Amino acid sequence: MRIGIDNALGIHPQALQLRGERTEVLARNIANADTPGYKARDLDFKTVLAAQTNAASQPLRTTNARHLADPTAGQLDSNLKYRMPLMPSLDGNTVEAQVEQAEFAQNSLQFMASLRFVNGKLSGLMTAIKGE
Amino acid sequence: MAILDVFDVSGSGMAAQTLRLNTTASNIANAESVAANPEDTYRARYPVFQASLTSALDGGEASSAVQVPGIIESDKPLNVRYEPDHPYANDEGYVTYPNVSVVEEMANMISASRSFQMNVEVLNTAKSLAERVLSLGQ
Repeated sequence: MRIGIDNALGIHPQALQLRGERTEVLARNIANADTPGYKARDLDFKTVLAAQTNAASQPLRTTNARHLADPTAGQLDSNLKYRMPLMPSLDGNTVEAQVEQAEFAQNSLQFMASLRFVNGKLSGLMTAIKGE
Repeated sequence: MAILDVFDVSGSGMAAQTLRLNTTASNIANAESVAANPEDTYRARYPVFQASLTSALDGGEASSAVQVPGIIESDKPLNVRYEPDHPYANDEGYVTYPNVSVVEEMANMISASRSFQMNVEVLNTAKSLAERVLSLGQ
């Protein structure tokens, strides 16, 4: 059996990366809570993670120099969706501070969980390497 | 790295809210300032917030930091009071006061300080997450 660091860590590094990106998206929403016309956005974690793990195994191939590269590859922005507001405000802003804060807290907790998984895997590898 | 972009975004939000607090302070401080002629009378000032999309134009992701393209002066009618003994009273005895509503300004101030606090919370959380990442594998 071949042991690669990537295989050993499983899906968690990608999950961690996505959680980090979602942190930024939610921070944007909170920072723009008072910007007129700003639409709150969010990331559909399940779909994006599934797309990323699939893309790693089968990326879009360009076999000719004149083939166009996939412009959306690796871009998070195309995966962002708009949030449906419960109470849209008059100035066209759809950020709801309490919703965003709850999502942010949840996302931080999930980030910590992913981090703990990675950490656990790493210390497991360490134990295996040292053989003590 | 995405976590570190949070610092830019939340920082811009904090800067925008500080400016809003600043204009509120200026409005409240000048709520009773009169001038010799009505054109020079102080008018309530408000910042305009905008989501910046500059990096989106460069082909990158839209990192919607908050931008303040300018400050507008309110065009609400000025408050006119009948004070014939006032040195700045016009021929009919009226003095024009600024169109600042102190109640509105107080509400604005509370909203600005709450938004500021929210940004600080986000920044603190992002910082502790980044610190945990740095101590990975130890």
